[in-house]
Amino acid sequence: MNAAIILFPGSNRERDAIRAIEKVTGKKPSLVWHGETALPAGTDLVLLPGGFSYGDYLRCGAIAARAPVMDAVRAHAARGGLVLGICNGFQIMVEAGLLPGVLMRNANLRFVCRMQHLTVERNDTPFTSHYAKGQVIKVAIAHGEGNYEADAETIRRLEGDSRVAFRYSNARGVIGGGANPNGSTNAIAGIYSENFRVLGLMPHPENLIDPLVGGIDGRGLFEGVAGFTRAA
Amino acid sequence: MKARVIVTLKDGILDPQGKAIEGALKSLGIDGIDSVRQGKIFEMELATADRTAAAGMLRGACEKLLANQVIENFQVELL
Repeated sequence: MNAAIILFPGSNRERDAIRAIEKVTGKKPSLVWHGETALPAGTDLVLLPGGFSYGDYLRCGAIAARAPVMDAVRAHAARGGLVLGICNGFQIMVEAGLLPGVLMRNANLRFVCRMQHLTVERNDTPFTSHYAKGQVIKVAIAHGEGNYEADAETIRRLEGDSRVAFRYSNARGVIGGGANPNGSTNAIAGIYSENFRVLGLMPHPENLIDPLVGGIDGRGLFEGVAGFTRAA
Repeated sequence: MKARVIVTLKDGILDPQGKAIEGALKSLGIDGIDSVRQGKIFEMELATADRTAAAGMLRGACEKLLANQVIENFQVELL
C-alpha cells in the first residue's frame, strides 16, 4: 500500500501514523508538505494526521483546509481514492468539504485526553473489515473540539445511509450518555463519505498498534485498509 | 478604506463558550443579561476605495475562509 501523509505546520501526530502504517504494511509512507500541488504517483491512501495545524487559529482545521495540497486530496477522493483523517485531520476534512458537518468545542469545554471505547458500526468498508460489526474497541482520544454537529437533515442522511463509522460507548458497548466525551450528536466519533472511501474520526487508532503502549485495537483499521488496497 | 467583518454563530447552534461567559457574568453579580453568544470581529485595511468592489471581495473572503457557513453567519461593514 502506498500511503501519503500530509504535513501541515502544527501537525504533530504524523510520527504515530508513520509507525502504524509501517508496522502493518512494512512500507514507509511518504510525507507530503502542504504546499505541494500533487500527491506522489500511485498513492492509495492519503492520511491527514492529528495535531494543531496553524495553532487552531480562526477555526480548527480551517486554514489547513485551504492549503494548496488539499485540491489534490479532493481530486484523489473524487477518483475514489482512500482518505483517512484523524483528529485534526477530521477537522480539516469537514472544513475542506470532504465530509459534512462541523466539529465544535467539547460541550463541557474541557480538553479530553484519555482512553475511550468505541463501537464499530459496520465492517463492510475499506477501513473496518478487520473488525466485527458492533465490536467494542478501546483507543485514545485527545481533543478540545470534537463535538460533532450538523443540521438535522445532514444527520438524518448520515444515519439513513449508515455513514456513521464509530460511536462513543462504554466498555460494554452501551452508546452515548456518560460515555460521550464531547457532546457529539448521536455520540458520533467518525463518519464516512457517500462512497465509504473517505473516513474522518476524532479518536486515535494509530496510537493503539503496539501492546507495549496499552493495546492493539487500532491496528485493525490499518490492516483493513492494507487488505483493501491489496485486493483492489 | 477600513472594513469590519463580524462572524456570529447561527441561531440554534450550541455555544458552550457563550454559555460559560454568561455564567461568569452572573457569578460576578452583573445582572440583567439574559444570554451571551460569542463571535469574532475582523478589522481590515483595504487597498481599494471602491465600495462595491470591496463589499464583493469581502463577501468572497467570508465564504472562502472567514466564516464556516455550516454554523456561522457573517456581516460586512465598510467604514
